[in-house]
Amino acid sequence: MKTAVIVFPASNCDRDMIVALEKITGHQPHIIWHQDDYIPAVDLIALPGGFSFGDYLRCGAMAARSPVTRKVIEHADRGGNVIGICNGFQVLTETGLLPGALMRNESLKFVCKDVRLKVENNDTPFTNAYEPGEVITVPVAHHDGNYFADDDTLYALEEEGRIAFRYVNDDGDTTLAANPNGSRNNIAGIISRRKNILGMMPHPERLIENAHGGTDGLGFFKSMINAIN
Amino acid sequence: MKARVHITLKNGVLDPQGKAIKHALFALGFDGVNDVRQGKYIELDLAESDPDNTQAVVEEMCKKLLSNTVIENYAIEIV
Repeated sequence: MKTAVIVFPASNCDRDMIVALEKITGHQPHIIWHQDDYIPAVDLIALPGGFSFGDYLRCGAMAARSPVTRKVIEHADRGGNVIGICNGFQVLTETGLLPGALMRNESLKFVCKDVRLKVENNDTPFTNAYEPGEVITVPVAHHDGNYFADDDTLYALEEEGRIAFRYVNDDGDTTLAANPNGSRNNIAGIISRRKNILGMMPHPERLIENAHGGTDGLGFFKSMINAIN
Repeated sequence: MKARVHITLKNGVLDPQGKAIKHALFALGFDGVNDVRQGKYIELDLAESDPDNTQAVVEEMCKKLLSNTVIENYAIEIV
């Protein structure tokens, strides 16, 4: 599996993503600076977490208009796989590749903790290594992860099985208390209609070896290997 | 020409920052505040001299970058 990681000014989870992809695929990802307008042919492009362009104007707004992002959109339009983690998810919504928007957390606080996630749909290139309904633990670290979409969009996402992950409690129930940021319908991650683009606020790349305190994020990467190889 | 752009959250979009401002105002004794919605104000100094063209260009800017039309409305004032 050939991969590329896009680096914007003030990306800060790019290295975590590079290390995770290299460990799991056995190949070093291409590392692409945001001003480059060429991305080699790859199976997967990853937009990492961070605070691209200092979150100026809106989180992800500037990165979504970077020269390299046009190439990411072309790759996605050709059916290529794209993942956006945390700030990467914000960039994907700002480009319009994924619907909705990520707003300031309802608590107004930066949230940094482990959360429980339910795998809502395991029939995607990013979740097939998990059991349907499996509850996993993955860290979140964000100030603007409050997923908003209008009623019609939300209805379509639910009906089309495009909710990949939802915030739940230890029992797997979708509760208000389990929602770390005020996201509508406890949404933590969604996929595109063609299932080739995934955006999520939690960080699976931070939980792939025992030294991280757990390996619940491994399934995310294994899923992509299953889907692509 | 100059343009002033006001960007506000759409009706129905929760505004936790507006809510926090309302609570802070209440704490300062301003108890007659029914609601607070906060937004952004952007001033543009443009080379264009025709008001109609300016309006059209700024509208494009709002759609492409200055606002996120999923959650925000914009209002343009040409001066």
